[in-house]
Amino acid sequence: MEQVLRWLFFACAAISVLTTLAVVGVLSIETFNFFQQVPAADFLFGTRWTPLLEPKSYGILPLLFGTTLIVIGAAIVALPVGLACAIYLSEYAGARTRDVVKPILEILAGIPTIVYGFFAITFVTPILRTLIPSTEVFNAASAGIVVGIMVLPMVASLCDDALRAVPNALRDGAYSLGATSFEVTARIVVPASLSGIFAAFVLAISRAIGETMAVTLAAGATPNLTLNPLESIQTMTAYIVQVSLGDTPAGTLSYQTLFAVGAVLFSMTLILNLIANAIMNRYRDVYE
Amino acid sequence: MTPQAQLLKKRHRISAAFKLFCLSVTCLAVSILGILILEVTLLGLPWLNADFLTSFPSRFPEKAGILAGLAGTLWLVTLTAAIAIPIGVLAAVYLEEYAKPGRVATLITINIANLAGVPSIVYGILGLAIFVRFLGLERSVLAGAMTMSLLILPVIIIASREAIKAVPSSLRQVAFALGATRWQVTRDHVLPQAMPGILTGVILALSRAIGETAPLIMIGALTYIAFVPEGPMDEFTALPIQIYNWTSRPQEAFHELASAGIIVLLLVLLIMNATAVWIRYRGSKNKFK
Repeated sequence: MEQVLRWLFFACAAISVLTTLAVVGVLSIETFNFFQQVPAADFLFGTRWTPLLEPKSYGILPLLFGTTLIVIGAAIVALPVGLACAIYLSEYAGARTRDVVKPILEILAGIPTIVYGFFAITFVTPILRTLIPSTEVFNAASAGIVVGIMVLPMVASLCDDALRAVPNALRDGAYSLGATSFEVTARIVVPASLSGIFAAFVLAISRAIGETMAVTLAAGATPNLTLNPLESIQTMTAYIVQVSLGDTPAGTLSYQTLFAVGAVLFSMTLILNLIANAIMNRYRDVYE
Repeated sequence: MTPQAQLLKKRHRISAAFKLFCLSVTCLAVSILGILILEVTLLGLPWLNADFLTSFPSRFPEKAGILAGLAGTLWLVTLTAAIAIPIGVLAAVYLEEYAKPGRVATLITINIANLAGVPSIVYGILGLAIFVRFLGLERSVLAGAMTMSLLILPVIIIASREAIKAVPSSLRQVAFALGATRWQVTRDHVLPQAMPGILTGVILALSRAIGETAPLIMIGALTYIAFVPEGPMDEFTALPIQIYNWTSRPQEAFHELASAGIIVLLLVLLIMNATAVWIRYRGSKNKFK
């Protein structure tokens, strides 16, 4: 009996490993099939992405540029604001303020992404179009800003953890030498927690790359090799959604593009997550 | 004033300005929640009535309702819970109570941490290839629930492990000393003690499943559905899918419908989270320390 249960429980735990194997397996098999018909160089360095229209072309660069634009927009919003929030929470705010602000950030983090997509279309885009009339209805800027808002709570919370891990002795030492609170923060606390802050930034970028609904709704569906945030673009995730919405029979080349793009997306986020974990594990040892 | 005193004054001014900057940025971030809720309520509240809750989608906004989405979400979350909770909790039991520390346990732990960071749309691709196509489940609620289960398993396992870890080991030792087997110790002592923590994690994971849109679109849940699913093999739609559908239309009336849908979605999430907080509160009252 005990032995049977042990194996049953092991099987449950093994499902997680099987999931990873299945993801890697499914993505690589279909990507391999895709590369049988489209040379890898054309896919990775091609500048036109028109797999669903004639003449067909399978260069992923426009999708990568689209994703990059979103990441830049999100980073401009989430990184400084998130860090400033964290500095306020960890260095200035009293226990009471923390008790109010932290749950609000948690709620913001728990709001479904589809709601942020709605927010982008009905709130951010109209404001952008009033401020800069040349903005297109679907544009990278609006989606980028909203993705930034979406990852902001995570940045704030991880940076807050990093800042609070700095021992008070360091702060007290600086204060006793006559430093102001700004000098303590900027020259002692932030440098001491730099690795944790950096890990938070990397995780935020990984999240922004994988974000789907807000960019599908607000950024458009035009694979554009552009760095102008006011134009309509398409990200890797939005393309995957677009293919799955249409009727694409299994085994066709356009069905396989879905997995090829998915493989690029998966590898990018996996590498970034591994980097962030490596950084975090290193910095945890510093003050112990 | 001496140059030194001037410098000191400047330094303190910079410091005060920095504090003010951080404070105002924090206020700005917090106010986003207010703006979001205000906007959704202003647009959607007039549409929120009994007709809206009991009607099927329609191309006429005044006739459209959320019933199919609401029923689909209920089906989806029930099936997901039935699949993911036993697997997730038992996986956590294995890792905390049964597994010997070693390469296998470390491998599984690292693997779970990485799975938690995989974008949800990748789970959608997996669900499409394995459940919809390979197992031939088509666009059924079951295919959706299995996909969602894989998505939330890491969350459930991590939360359950934390809860099990927090059970004092003296409790286990007493039971072992009296001759209980490992399963008896786990079932009668560890799991009951860890239950509030596990339930909190489970509810948070299920609320994530309720809000996820992309994986469901991948497995083909974005179709016109004007019925309530009656079994796990029926086609379905879900709240976030319905919201996506309405938001992606250009007409203002559909945007207002989407807001009404968002209010329903947020209310469902609010009820679940309030339950989680309540369980955590009750659990913290009667516990061995």
